[in-house]
Amino acid sequence: MEKVGVCDDFVNLKATELRLGLPGTEDGCEEEKEKVSCGKSNKRALPETEKEIESTGKTEASPPKAQIVGWPPVRSYRKNSFQTKKNESEGQGMYVKVSMDGAPYLRKIDLTVYKQYPELMKSLENMFKFSVGEYFEREGYKGSDFVPTYEDKDGDWMLVGDVPWEMFVSSCKRLRIMKGSEVKGLGCGV
Amino acid sequence: MNYFPDEVIEHIFDSIASHRDRNSISLVCKSWHKIERCSRKKVFIGNCYAIDPERLIGRFPCLKSLTLKGKPHFADFNLVPHEWGGFVHPWIDALARARVGLEELRLKRMVVSDESLELLSRSFANFKSLVLVSCEGFTTDGLASIAANCRHLRELDLQENEIDDHRGQWLNCFPDSCITLTSLNFACLKGETNLAALERLVARSPNLKSLKVNRAVPLDALTRLMSCAPQLVDLGVGSYENEPDPESFAKLSAAINKCTSLRCLSGFSEVAPRCLPAFYPICQNLISLNLSYAAEIQGNHLIKFIQFCKRLQRLWILDSIGDKGLEVVASACKELQELRVFPSDLHGEEDNDAAVTEVGLVAISAGCRKLHSILYFCKQMTNAALITVAKNCPNFIRFRLCILEPNKPDHITSQSLDEGFGAIVQACKGLRRLSVSGLLTDKVFLYIGMYAEQLEMLSIAFAGDTDQGMLYVLNGCKKLRKLEIRDSPFGNAALLADVEKYETMRSLWMSSCDVTLGGCKRLARDAPWLNVEIINENESNGMEQNEEDEREKVDRLYLYRTVVGTRKDAPSCVTIL
Repeated sequence: MEKVGVCDDFVNLKATELRLGLPGTEDGCEEEKEKVSCGKSNKRALPETEKEIESTGKTEASPPKAQIVGWPPVRSYRKNSFQTKKNESEGQGMYVKVSMDGAPYLRKIDLTVYKQYPELMKSLENMFKFSVGEYFEREGYKGSDFVPTYEDKDGDWMLVGDVPWEMFVSSCKRLRIMKGSEVKGLGCGV
Repeated sequence: MNYFPDEVIEHIFDSIASHRDRNSISLVCKSWHKIERCSRKKVFIGNCYAIDPERLIGRFPCLKSLTLKGKPHFADFNLVPHEWGGFVHPWIDALARARVGLEELRLKRMVVSDESLELLSRSFANFKSLVLVSCEGFTTDGLASIAANCRHLRELDLQENEIDDHRGQWLNCFPDSCITLTSLNFACLKGETNLAALERLVARSPNLKSLKVNRAVPLDALTRLMSCAPQLVDLGVGSYENEPDPESFAKLSAAINKCTSLRCLSGFSEVAPRCLPAFYPICQNLISLNLSYAAEIQGNHLIKFIQFCKRLQRLWILDSIGDKGLEVVASACKELQELRVFPSDLHGEEDNDAAVTEVGLVAISAGCRKLHSILYFCKQMTNAALITVAKNCPNFIRFRLCILEPNKPDHITSQSLDEGFGAIVQACKGLRRLSVSGLLTDKVFLYIGMYAEQLEMLSIAFAGDTDQGMLYVLNGCKKLRKLEIRDSPFGNAALLADVEKYETMRSLWMSSCDVTLGGCKRLARDAPWLNVEIINENESNGMEQNEEDEREKVDRLYLYRTVVGTRKDAPSCVTIL
């Protein structure tokens, strides 16, 4: 206990002292230093847990680093062009979750096996036993209670079918088949 | 000078190209102001909301070339909502109605619609040059209008735009009579390209100096294109996934060998490494090389290529080149002036040992003494390295360092990087642009304010301790024009200390800092000549007027000087105070 008390005083003195020496040359201050170095980080800082994982050595499937919005500062255009390439070259396909309003569980599909929207739609229709209606550029989907939507890179929910197929594949994070009353809000002429 | 007739003075002014010099000239006296404004051909507007088209046309009736910039820089990193603004349509509309003889339009980070492009193509008979950088909102239909209607089109340069590719036949829309093209860049189009139309177009454009194709142009097509355009100076290559067979390779080599004027090379977004050697014969002529999209080419292939590029002045590359690769660049490319090293691993998923570190940067600074611009993404840095770099290269005008992990200290001493950046600003007396990163305290800003006398643009992320940091910069950097800050603990005290300072600056961006709504409101009150924009998280987050909110921190603040007051086209997620 006494030792800790002494250490506390020591640490406090150190905090106010101006020095030229390299930090980290005293013992017992590692933790304090660690806190200082990430204490400055703001709201969107990397989580502390990440550091713990690194220090215990890399185990399999270490969680991906927390994605900070807009970091690293690389143009979206550049980021997107790599994303597409990565997915294509990986050969593992691009699996995204598909949820259907009212269904008990979600499914996953590989977007890379489809070449265009009609193929994707047919596959979804088969998977969930529904029908999606006809797509119109201005009004969206007409003739059905169901509307396919997807979440894009920015976190926005978009109508499937508006953008060119490649752009869709590279920006689609997950799919959701919306149904019923919510659909009216999309102005789908239902 | 006033003893000369106006025409003579105008003739003298004609030789002055720089818009800054011309701005200075126009301030000398009324008569010079009048002569200057009536003879001005090129105008640069760094913030499209600082002025309106009517005033522009009123002052410069003989305008031929206009450059406009829209969204703030951080829009590049998804920090600005898509609907924020920066629409070009009102400008084109006004210029068209006033019958301005527009010949050139250069836009950056603006929203361009097909209607705008159509209007542009029909309104200016002498229109020659369209350059769009990081713009969005249009499709290949808009390009078709430009192709079809601009009889004297020389330049169509599309750089990193988000274009909806309708896979229409826009290339077919260039009439057979169009033979004036000097520059065609459609590398950013994602869809298929009508190869036959492209080949015919290139074949009938004897003045074509710059051609940058998209991924959809395969190897054999490229070979044919180069064969009918051996005069090319600037080439952007498409993609070829498969290794070429010997015959195709031979044809490609032959075509490349004929292109003795080739000085700039880019593209290679999907390239089998064995295609690269076909370009070896022209390496020694290259002054500009952009392989920053060539994610498929591994470090050793890159190195083999670059070592022959002895005349290189500009190099854009991925960090897969590694420190070893940069050492090769340092020993081979003695004429290098600009280097950009981009990160290849953007999601931090790979433990990328091959990526670059301070070692590569020091090597470059030691070998390339003519270096004046650098953009360097790396995973670690040290003060010692930066101090060495500063000593080796005191001629930097642009120095942008991005350490991928925010707040990362000197990886050897664990100290902040204040001293390293301090050395840079102290040594590089001509520094105009600076981006800092890593662990930084207020001290680095003390240095910046003290030494960076020519600094015009400063980008700050995850840095500083208190308002004092920002104050050092605002008080010290007399030539500061653009300041952009994110995730740093600067608040109202710094924001409000010297309101007049913002009159000398183009803009200030602060996101995820400590400024509050109350502070911003106060600023808007004290400086009516500023547009103070608050960009909210969600659209539905309307600005309620109750007292509580005044203390709430503002998520994103963007303010800029303007002579035309509040803009009318702001979306609901933007509140202008």
